[in-house]
Amino acid sequence: MNPSSRRTAPALESPRGAAKVRGAAVEFQHVSVQFDSGQSSSVPALNDLSLTIPPGTICVLVGPSGCGKTTTLRLVNRLLQPTRGRVLIDGRDVAAMDPVLLRRRIGYVIQQIGLFPHQTVAQNVATVPRLLQWPADRIRRRVDDLLALIGLDPAWARDRYPAQLSGGERQRVGVARALAAEPPLLLMDEPFAAVDPIVREHLQDEFVRLQRALSPTVLFVTHDVDEAIRLGTHVAVMREGGRLAQLGSPGELLASPADDYVARFVGADRALKRLTLMTAGALACAGPPPDASMSVGELPTVRAAATARDALAAALTSPARGTLVVDGSGRRVGVVTIHAIAAALAAPAAAAAPVPAEPAASGCLVGRGAAAKDHRDTT
Amino acid sequence: MTPHEPLVRWGWILDHADEIWQRLLDHVALTALAVGVGFALSFALALLIRRHRRLRDPILWLAGILYTIPSLALFALLVPVTGLTRLTAEIGLVSYTLLILIRSILDGFASVPAEVRETAIGMGCTPGQLLWRIEVPLGVPVIVGGLRVVTVTIIGLVTVTALIGEGGFGYFILLGMQRFFSTPLIVGAALSILLAILADGLLVLAQRWTTPWARGGQG
Repeated sequence: MNPSSRRTAPALESPRGAAKVRGAAVEFQHVSVQFDSGQSSSVPALNDLSLTIPPGTICVLVGPSGCGKTTTLRLVNRLLQPTRGRVLIDGRDVAAMDPVLLRRRIGYVIQQIGLFPHQTVAQNVATVPRLLQWPADRIRRRVDDLLALIGLDPAWARDRYPAQLSGGERQRVGVARALAAEPPLLLMDEPFAAVDPIVREHLQDEFVRLQRALSPTVLFVTHDVDEAIRLGTHVAVMREGGRLAQLGSPGELLASPADDYVARFVGADRALKRLTLMTAGALACAGPPPDASMSVGELPTVRAAATARDALAAALTSPARGTLVVDGSGRRVGVVTIHAIAAALAAPAAAAAPVPAEPAASGCLVGRGAAAKDHRDTT
Repeated sequence: MTPHEPLVRWGWILDHADEIWQRLLDHVALTALAVGVGFALSFALALLIRRHRRLRDPILWLAGILYTIPSLALFALLVPVTGLTRLTAEIGLVSYTLLILIRSILDGFASVPAEVRETAIGMGCTPGQLLWRIEVPLGVPVIVGGLRVVTVTIIGLVTVTALIGEGGFGYFILLGMQRFFSTPLIVGAALSILLAILADGLLVLAQRWTTPWARGGQG
């Protein structure tokens, strides 16, 4: 079967499927979890975690296995109870809420997805709306809107069983199922870990777009630091023993790791990773106008939407150590040299923080995120 | 056996067609009632075990004891209490279904993959919704597997109840043994076997029909 025939382009303009929700605020207050292992001196799964997640953001919990990140996630929908401390959603302690009703307001995706094998795609996606007893026609409309939103043709996908889908398609359906009842909060536990790297990257980009369109708060667990940087508005690095090592934006984390542990965890190539958070266009706009001594015609060219890392790669191959940046229609935006890139890396982390992804009046495309990610989609 | 007596006298079969039909209905009724009641009882006990884990061992132990009692001895023990009645036959038959059915229903529930259970609970299914929407439908293949074994076993075991005046096709088998007359014996045994094969086939079809998802594959 031709894969392209069964997919439609993600239709974010869909007015019904992409309705914004008001994201929930999540707060952990001095939360500890100690599993009862029969020993008095057992290591805590989570040790005095305090964390505030603002509404509408993606907070990624990242760390090695056994650092308590999954434990943290399962506290929110009360699959686990804290030994000490409180978990608040919009200021209310989850311990005081009915767990079943609480869970129906929270989307939940795990690595193995856990689609119900005996139900069709449509029935799977309709799970929570059915639990909430939505009227049948509203459920039907919602399911079709969501399938279109995740890029599956509703007519093709609706009546299929999970066993008839590819890994990537199952993953998308899992996300659609979690989003079905318009939850203000989404919990995702390594949701993309089981698919191959190319599909994973595509799913990550799609997910970022979905989250922007719907704006729920997302608590995302991964052991992959690249995924954390790619997806997170905030990244919480955790260490063994259930402690929070550092919380910050991806740029802050890469520019100024709090200690050796975080520095080692984000990797020796963290400077290069930081460059993936900036676009060539933003650097070209920020830098000086092309030097008169530079023969522009001999420079390699990169698109403004490309990452600064791509610009660096291009600049390194040119004798002048620079690259020409052009916008989508081929007009010159500016020139980026390796010196300009080094200067950008020397600037404080704020320089790498997300900026609005709107084309500026000058024609400069700025901002990480949408621009850089769109570029990746087209390659 | 008298000399020159053929193994099967076809004339006898034609003469007794009505009675064979009656015994067939009888055999089916005895089996259906035993398997039906046995399944209902086993399902209730499996739910009890699902809620109270510690009841698992005592209940399975009891069902195991019932399963090991020789059928002849069980009927002999029951007759003084419940007489030569259909009730006696059914009590005996039902008691042989319990061990296999309880085990296969529990195994059916347990066959639900951990991640499916995790997401069902994580999305806000109550324990009852988890049971009826997830565990029961996903357990069907394993549960039907147990039902097939039990149904085939009970169809064979029904013939033994001929000794207490029931028996379906067992009546012909007993008749043949008492009169050294091979025709009814062979007719009774053969039809009992055919009935078992037919019932097994019907259960396989029923399972296919109720689990379209299990056929799987890219389609």
